[in-house]
Amino acid sequence: MMEYLVSLSIGVLTATGVFLTLRARTFPVVLGLTLLAYAVNLFLFSMGRLTIGLPAIIDKTAKAAQYSDPLPQALVLTAIVIAFGMTAFLIVLALKARGELDSDHVDGLADNQQAPGQRDIGKNIDPDRGAAE
Amino acid sequence: MSHLTAWPVFLPLITGFLLILFRGKGIYYQRIVSLSAVAGLVALAVALIAVSLPGQYQVYLLGNWTAPFGIVLVADRASALMVSITAVLALAALWYAIASDTDKKGPHFHILYQLQLFGLNGAFLTGDLFNLFVFFEVLLLASYGLLLHGGGRLRTRAGLHYVVINLIGSTLFLFAVGTLYGLLGTLNIADMAAKTAAAPGDSLGLIAAAGLLLLVVFGVKAAMFPLYLWLPGAYANTSAPVAALFAIMTKVGIYAIIRVHGTIFGPGAGELAYYYMPWVLGLGLVTLIFAALGVMAARNLREQVAYLVLASVATLLIGVGLNGSSALSATLYYLIHSTLIAGAMFLLADVILRGRGAFEDRFESAPRLPDAAVTGAVFMFGAVAITGMPPLSGFFGKVLILNAALHHEWVAWVFAVLLGAGLLTIIAMARTGSTIFYRTLPENPSPVAGRAGESLNRSAFMAVIGLFLVSPVLVICAQPVTAFTVSTANQLLDGTAYIEAVLSAPAVDRSIGE
Repeated sequence: MMEYLVSLSIGVLTATGVFLTLRARTFPVVLGLTLLAYAVNLFLFSMGRLTIGLPAIIDKTAKAAQYSDPLPQALVLTAIVIAFGMTAFLIVLALKARGELDSDHVDGLADNQQAPGQRDIGKNIDPDRGAAE
Repeated sequence: MSHLTAWPVFLPLITGFLLILFRGKGIYYQRIVSLSAVAGLVALAVALIAVSLPGQYQVYLLGNWTAPFGIVLVADRASALMVSITAVLALAALWYAIASDTDKKGPHFHILYQLQLFGLNGAFLTGDLFNLFVFFEVLLLASYGLLLHGGGRLRTRAGLHYVVINLIGSTLFLFAVGTLYGLLGTLNIADMAAKTAAAPGDSLGLIAAAGLLLLVVFGVKAAMFPLYLWLPGAYANTSAPVAALFAIMTKVGIYAIIRVHGTIFGPGAGELAYYYMPWVLGLGLVTLIFAALGVMAARNLREQVAYLVLASVATLLIGVGLNGSSALSATLYYLIHSTLIAGAMFLLADVILRGRGAFEDRFESAPRLPDAAVTGAVFMFGAVAITGMPPLSGFFGKVLILNAALHHEWVAWVFAVLLGAGLLTIIAMARTGSTIFYRTLPENPSPVAGRAGESLNRSAFMAVIGLFLVSPVLVICAQPVTAFTVSTANQLLDGTAYIEAVLSAPAVDRSIGE
């Protein structure tokens, strides 16, 4: 029963994550990546096999097979920290893009523009040049 | 157990921390610390090559835990070579950044630069798959900061795409690592190879699927078709020294394929031995076609150089996919050449961009560049090198790869695509050169355009020339260099020796100490 629940959770999280990542606005994309990170954390955790109420460290009294694998727990911890940092960075970057491009579209398009735009290629003001003057 | 293996990883990390402390002291101190650290890295890389030249594996047990229980750093010829290329490229790019004042555009350039090197060297030296993921994240996070260094709308937009695609790549990496851990019960690359060879038949399908998922992740890093679309935007819109340093970033993906897949799914893997090779070769060929078309279609020089980087990556993928001692050796030779020359081309594009003033690097007629003779001559030299025309090293690299393809069953495709793409890039570069240097306007025609070109920054230009000099050196020293790449390729293909060396590395006896 637990296996079904866990695998269903991973599946639902991944599916919603993929769906949201494919949206055109930066905020859903950030949410989608967060959900994908949750899904992968749960997945990593279950790769040490699902156990209930078992210690992660084998003591002398426990039988050899009765422990939960500590390594995936360490991996999940690392993955959580990294995903957390990356998400924070991405949110700040998305805000910066919103401010600079006047749009929260991932391609920096204004709301009334439909075509994948090259509108600002021609008037590219290179920041290096701008500051060098 | 020599500490030399660990120093290329820790030196940039320590320098990065030092630079955070130096932050208030002004750019002058930061530059001195950063430059001397990278110079030290070059020295370390040379020492690492010298140590690994006899063919021994330098296994460094972090925390003195023996493999597969602890994390190991492994230095062999291939990783020493990659660390050396990184160090040389980093030195030139840093010199250019300092000489052209690019590092003044934001407060954290030098810190991010060192952390980027930390991530790169770690990725080249680690012998643990999860540790590789962590180093990937380190180098990516530093690269996000470097990519956005200086700011600007186009840079932000390209940065957003770059960050999102790499975050998706990281998620896929974790899925692949998790699956492999669940099936094999280990994360040490050498141990994974041993466990794959002994894996029961019913788990082979899942292992193969996880391996291909891993190939997708490395394909994102290496910009393999169809995952290359982030590259031209990101590389063309960032600042020149960063783009030059990023020339090594795509090679991290290539190296990871050679190291991880070549070891885990090597000749010992039974049914799964080299099962991924047709994908690498096929996708490499497709990537090369698109890269050549991109070189033709590019609208400015930096975008064109970005597509040339893509073409070099595709050529390397073809070399890896041909699979074999001579093909791998040719790939390594071409890797040295293409990384350093592509880095030099990004720097040269910036020199031209600065010289053309308001016209920047767009392909349109502009007034004559200041010092056009010097810049033009160097551009000619670089174009010859990067398109693979004789007598420079690109030509030798391509000949070696074509020579290795002669006995492959896809020989016709490899020849057709490599030579066809070569022709397209030669035409495109000739057109670029004549547009920029010959079809010049008599004088600045429109006062609206205003900004006149800067004259040549000689000390910054030294970095460009220094990198380009690698090409004739590679040709003149072709014999010792190919001897080295052949022995490197043989060492890479000898998976059993790698597994043996890593798994049998003894822990240091603590009672004696080292």
